[in-house]
Amino acid sequence: MTTDVTSPPRPLGRDAPSEQAGVATHCAYCGLQCAMTLTGASAADLTVSPRRFPTNRGGLCQKGWTSAELLRTPGRLTTPLVRRDGQLAPASWDEALDVVSDAIVRTQTAYGRDAVAVFGGGGLTNEKAYQLGKFARVALRTSQIDYNGRWCMSSAAAAGIRCFGLDRGLPFPVTDIGSAHAVLLLGANPAETMPPFLTHLVRAADAGGLMVADPRLTPTAAKALDGGGLHLQLRPGTDAALALGMLHLAVTEGYADRGFIAERTSGFDDVWAVAAQWLPERAERVTGVAVTTMRAAVSGLARARDTERGAYVLSARGTEQHASGTDTVTAFIALALALGLPGNPGTGFGTITGQGNGQGGREHGQKADQLPGYRKIDDPEARAHVASVWGVDPADLPGPGRSAFELLSALGTDGGPHVLMVHGSNPVVSAPDARVVTERLAALDLLVVSDFVLSETAAVADVVLPVLQWAEEEGTLTNLEGRVLRRRKALDAPSECRSELEVWSELARRIGCSTDFPTDPRVVFDELRRASAGGPADYSAVTWERLDAGESLHWPCSAERPQGTPRLFLDAFATPDGLARFVAVDHAGPVEADDTAYPLVATTGRVLQHYQSGAQTRLVAELAAAAGDMFVHVHPDTAEAAGLADGDRADVVSRRGRTRAVVRVDDDMRPDVVFLPFHWGGDARANSLTHAALDPTSRMPEFKACAVRLEAVA
Amino acid sequence: MTRSRRHVLVVGNGMAGARLAEEIRHRDPNAERFAVTVVGEEPHAAYNRVLLSTVVAGGLGPRDTRLKPDGWWAARHIEVVTGARVLDVDAATQTATVVAAGAECVLTWDELVLATGSTSFVPPTHGLYAGTPGPGTPLADGVVAFRTVDDCARIVEAAESASTAVVLGGGLLGLEAARGLLARGVHVTVVHPQDFPMDRQLDADGGAVLSRVVRGIGARLVLGRLVVERQAPVDGQSAHVVLDDGTRLAADLVVVATGVRPRTDLAVATGLDVDRGIVVDDRLATSLPHVHAIGECAEHRGEVAGLVQPGWDQARVLADVLTGGDPNATYEGTSVLTRLKAPDIDLASMGTVDVDVHDAGHEVLAFTDPSRGRYAKLVLRQDRLVGAILLGIGDAAGALTQLYDTGAVVPRDRLSLMLGRAITRSGAAEAVNLAEMPGTAVICRCNTVTKSAIVGAFRAGAVTVGAVAEATRATTGCGSCKGAVDGLCSWLHSAEPAPGRTTSTTSSTTSSTPEPVPAAAALTEGAA
Repeated sequence: MTTDVTSPPRPLGRDAPSEQAGVATHCAYCGLQCAMTLTGASAADLTVSPRRFPTNRGGLCQKGWTSAELLRTPGRLTTPLVRRDGQLAPASWDEALDVVSDAIVRTQTAYGRDAVAVFGGGGLTNEKAYQLGKFARVALRTSQIDYNGRWCMSSAAAAGIRCFGLDRGLPFPVTDIGSAHAVLLLGANPAETMPPFLTHLVRAADAGGLMVADPRLTPTAAKALDGGGLHLQLRPGTDAALALGMLHLAVTEGYADRGFIAERTSGFDDVWAVAAQWLPERAERVTGVAVTTMRAAVSGLARARDTERGAYVLSARGTEQHASGTDTVTAFIALALALGLPGNPGTGFGTITGQGNGQGGREHGQKADQLPGYRKIDDPEARAHVASVWGVDPADLPGPGRSAFELLSALGTDGGPHVLMVHGSNPVVSAPDARVVTERLAALDLLVVSDFVLSETAAVADVVLPVLQWAEEEGTLTNLEGRVLRRRKALDAPSECRSELEVWSELARRIGCSTDFPTDPRVVFDELRRASAGGPADYSAVTWERLDAGESLHWPCSAERPQGTPRLFLDAFATPDGLARFVAVDHAGPVEADDTAYPLVATTGRVLQHYQSGAQTRLVAELAAAAGDMFVHVHPDTAEAAGLADGDRADVVSRRGRTRAVVRVDDDMRPDVVFLPFHWGGDARANSLTHAALDPTSRMPEFKACAVRLEAVA
Repeated sequence: MTRSRRHVLVVGNGMAGARLAEEIRHRDPNAERFAVTVVGEEPHAAYNRVLLSTVVAGGLGPRDTRLKPDGWWAARHIEVVTGARVLDVDAATQTATVVAAGAECVLTWDELVLATGSTSFVPPTHGLYAGTPGPGTPLADGVVAFRTVDDCARIVEAAESASTAVVLGGGLLGLEAARGLLARGVHVTVVHPQDFPMDRQLDADGGAVLSRVVRGIGARLVLGRLVVERQAPVDGQSAHVVLDDGTRLAADLVVVATGVRPRTDLAVATGLDVDRGIVVDDRLATSLPHVHAIGECAEHRGEVAGLVQPGWDQARVLADVLTGGDPNATYEGTSVLTRLKAPDIDLASMGTVDVDVHDAGHEVLAFTDPSRGRYAKLVLRQDRLVGAILLGIGDAAGALTQLYDTGAVVPRDRLSLMLGRAITRSGAAEAVNLAEMPGTAVICRCNTVTKSAIVGAFRAGAVTVGAVAEATRATTGCGSCKGAVDGLCSWLHSAEPAPGRTTSTTSSTTSSTPEPVPAAAALTEGAA
């Protein structure tokens, strides 16, 4: 078998199970959902091989290659655990579920329904994401549900809905990007976060049209420079100023598409009133990105557009994870709209979804304000439709609840939840200002964590429920381009592990809920289809059979659009008048300014070998060895000023906490910035530093900029 | 309107005055505490003066320069009176007499803010004015100052029929005007009395390079000369100007960009302390209570601003002072940074620049490349940037302006500091010397495959890219390292002709230094 990703491709796009020996499924990790084949009958001998598919084109990164290790890790949870005398001890399912159901009933009787809360994750399958929302609203009847996607995609989602009327990460197939000669990446580092995505950037990179806005010279930015492209090395948190400065240039230097603005958008005058004041020379002072570089980026996009060679603007967490993230993405959408990119073939704006089911997970009701099909929970029609599918009175559905950080920071307080169920998330490591969140978790009457490894959050739980992992379950996920994919079971889980679908069904029964919670993913998916029908994310014509036959189906996919919608907005945007909206926003900058006590800006991110909080990937020996220990990237002059040399241990200190890390001196860092990966817990937890200021619209925390100092460790 | 509402009267609807109104409303969004009236002399809604050179160049229409969309001011309860003049101010009674549309009225105020800006200075050269030279006299046909949006419209209109233009003054505005007229196909001559253009922002060497650049984009540049006379067209002879050496230059259009003067006449009449501008303290207060001044008409710590940023900073501070939003707010000055706004001239100047390279009190770095229109000069004091000129080296401007603004210690690597990081960055991956690369170097990032691992696989029999991929997973992620793996295989083929054999020492591949394999050759050999 050849694994050469650049040899002529076989027909792509099929996702049928019988293509080759073994089980055709998709990777355990990120939103690219690389196709892979699993062979072998047991966890001990299961092997992974890449499978040709449009998204990964036969490639896998080291995380994907080693994903089978998780199936045989000694760290696997194989029995329920219940805390007794301060220690987590093995228990039977009956015992564990009794503890949980008793606590739910007791707590809700004493404090009301909202005293029990649920926290989900963007890695859960569509069926689980959907069922978790239904379980919260129908069985628990709590409004208190949110999920870690709030810390991932929420700013891009809010901006997409605001400007386009709809949020689908990439409103076009990822392969469209592959033919583009100009791609502007905003706070995206796919060379490390989703390496096979880079195959879609080769043409742009070779054409000198790959442009990367990032405070760091990431491997992605280096790839851009190596091809003659651009690195816009902005100061963290100044992204909106960059967007407005570039928008200014687009208009004043004649790159704006006036016809498109007139025919397909509204609100340009309001945005221009702001952007007119962002002379590029002013944006340069704020961002540190040279005017010439901004000009080259704008003209590069416009030139590719004019020559019909493809131009895309793609945002990711670096630009989104700020307390002004929604406005920042809105400003970049305004730039893309001014250039006439969205809603036209061969050009566009998108966001690169991070978590494995970060797309599907944000559509079906895990969000505090949302019902399945990307419906709004405060919309009477939406409530009536979903209630009818669930067989309940719309009036019995709770209203919107708290967003993720607000939910977690209310735990154990007066009026806040006293019982929390966590699914597919590890907030002890991943939450902003994580020390506070950890304190709140400790104040709960009962913390229940469903996971398949003992994450840092599971380790502090009162009840831990061992659940299935990726190769042990059936289901669907929706990838970064809105395409629904099948996840397939390759082997049986350890005997004591159960699906969350079974957990919720059993808990619902125990607390006296009469509504049926099916446990067969396929049955749940069919119900999800009905619940989503007519909503923005309409899955009604996506069937299990069609997916198993290998059809490529992007939502919305309904009776009106039976073949799905690979490309959105070509005829009209999803706003009431069909016009994309320019929304006037201004640059706000980081919430926390650096000062003499905390003179550096810390920004956080990922390394190639680890996924999210690292709870899974740290258990894979090959990945752990390759990634090494927690580190901090520092400019040599900055290190020296702090009395530090390469390899020294240092404490990175913010107003909220400290993180211990090994200094890695890096000439390419900005002297005023340090970088920390966030994949470790304990002393090495980057989120001990981060700031929990929240975006007013998306409730995204300020992950990507906080003021710190470096201290040498004796 | 509630009784307790205070009335702020802003005289001047330019960028500073309009900004102040906006800043006050930002702090009092529902107009509960402050009524705000802005009186402006021009007949237009407030516009962004900085964009006018872009209008001349054709990048924007006049309406695009509006600071806010129509209706914005009214919707925010900001009363804007355009085409109006304040005739006089009585500070004792806190009143002002305003004439608008031929009618006079008296406004009372609780706080008065003078934001009267500046006017173009037009020298009393014969033929520039339609009458006796001096303020208030209109300019002759074919002569335009470059200050207002109406001036801008006149220049654009004149450029339709003009084939030649002379710009008086080679400062920032003059060069921007020249650049705009060139874009409209007009033959442009810039006449500047000093030895090099932008003499206030440059040193002689930088000015000499800029002169080449300006000539390079097609403008004629006459230095060290004054215009002594302008002749209107007569009897089929086109208009022209005469220089002090007798040279005649055809000039269908004359654009005057010889500087501005603060407008202080109202302040003088009101009895305020006026030096070059209206003297204000750190709270933007004038010599009379409840009277303030901001923008280009104000003189703060001896400085009269000529750029927009100080006016905006002053507006923010004054809004804090007036509304009590930050009762301790003070204006401490704005570090001045001049950027020429022209796509083909990338010029930044900041701080102290006229310092000799050998000056003992400063560290001065300089780079001169006149043939390519590049010049850089950095003036450091105690490792901090106190001044810089960057011409044609735009890459470094972003980092340097931030170092200048923050006063941070500059990186030790002075060369990359001056020229921008991209210049020192090592070249493309193909240029990396595979032989000299250490064994621990990661070749395939996606799968953390080191050079040593590939060498090991090669020696174990994996002698093609496909076989190396099979053995190590290198190239199976994003595929970017395929060229490097191919090159490595080729190098190993030539260095170790019998692949698969065991070599004497394992360190030989990392410490020996055979000839580097050019990537292109490596690909051919590897494929064979």
